[in-house]
Amino acid sequence: MTITGIAAIGAGLAAIGAGVGIGKIGGSAMEAMARQPEMHGKIQTSALILAAFVEAVALFGVVVALLQG
Amino acid sequence: MTVSTVKNVLFSVLFLTISFVGFAKEETENPEKEKFDAKEMIMHHVKDAHEFHVIDINDKAVSIPLPIILYTDNGLVTFMSNEFHHDDSGHHVVEKDGMKFVKLHEKIYQLNGNAHAVEFDAEHHPTNASTPWDLSITRNVFMMWVSAIVLLLIFVTAARTYKKSEGNVPTGIAGFVEPLIVFVRDDIARPMIGEHKYKKYMPYLLTIFFFIWINNIFGLIPILNGANLSGNIAFTMVLALFTFIITTVSGNKNYWKHIFWMPGVPVPMKLFLMPIELIGIFTKPISLMIRLFANITAGHIIILALMSLIFIFETVLIAPVSVAFSLFITVIEIVVTAIQAYIFTILSALYFGMATEEEHH
Repeated sequence: MTITGIAAIGAGLAAIGAGVGIGKIGGSAMEAMARQPEMHGKIQTSALILAAFVEAVALFGVVVALLQG
Repeated sequence: MTVSTVKNVLFSVLFLTISFVGFAKEETENPEKEKFDAKEMIMHHVKDAHEFHVIDINDKAVSIPLPIILYTDNGLVTFMSNEFHHDDSGHHVVEKDGMKFVKLHEKIYQLNGNAHAVEFDAEHHPTNASTPWDLSITRNVFMMWVSAIVLLLIFVTAARTYKKSEGNVPTGIAGFVEPLIVFVRDDIARPMIGEHKYKKYMPYLLTIFFFIWINNIFGLIPILNGANLSGNIAFTMVLALFTFIITTVSGNKNYWKHIFWMPGVPVPMKLFLMPIELIGIFTKPISLMIRLFANITAGHIIILALMSLIFIFETVLIAPVSVAFSLFITVIEIVVTAIQAYIFTILSALYFGMATEEEHH
């Protein structure tokens, strides 16, 4: 397998990680909003920030894959 | 959701479809290209360029020439990029002030002596050419100026309408701009930095919010052909550097204490946390830089990759699928333009808030 193939697999693994992470954040945020609709705005803001943090880690993987691919 | 909003959304969707069909045609009109290289096409669109290539009409490239400014050993050399005649393969030699220049993969080389083309050694260093300092007004610099002028026009006009209107009621374009500014103030600056200190950081937060947003939007307009400014790592690096400098300069005693001698934990833990917190100072702006760069670049690559499916499979049957998918991704990207500007701004505000937080008693 070439280094490009390995880089593609790495990008895929990074996407899986980010998918699980953002999915958990989204699920919990939805649950929290359903329980306390009056906190809707605050929960949404924190959920977006947390999603950005999770996504950043996955994007590091994407950048490495880009440099290798 | 009023009727006019729905109409606006429909019009923008229509506009985007038409533009992408136009882009697809541009590629099919070059059948003599023996093999379609998706990677090369995508990278050409994502990277910076020395000319502003708008469209190909009957195999003739229509582009806006941009000035090339080189700092060579013999001083400053300037010429327009159309002197290269759209050549990017390093064959067309431009002679200026007794020096010879070629452009290869958007990099300008100065040829030595009688050389006609650049030659490379095993480590990909040029053997018969040198690389002068390239201070050109490239596509990205050009787009940066355009977006700065557009922002100035919008905000100066908005500011003027307040003078005219009675009782500070926003009219005209101010009606569009004011809710956004209030949003940055009430949903970003106030909760993140705190009621007493947020005013000092408002100008910076507003500037990066609108600058990143408008550049993200310009990157999505197909006729500008991927003026991918916010997907340029140098651009995002400078923005992150500003956040880093402002955070470091405005850091108070409490901030530095949390970095070097974390209160409330045992001494071995303090020693363990110090290097981690020190690295953290630098990883925060670096992650800001990479997040914006990778998000916008990835968006561009996905849209272009979906469009290139047509030319990879060489059939028109795949076209509806790939147009539909790239339209779908484009709509998502329109949302991402705003979200990424918001994330960059709110994280900057968060870091300023951390730097200026007072000790709790």
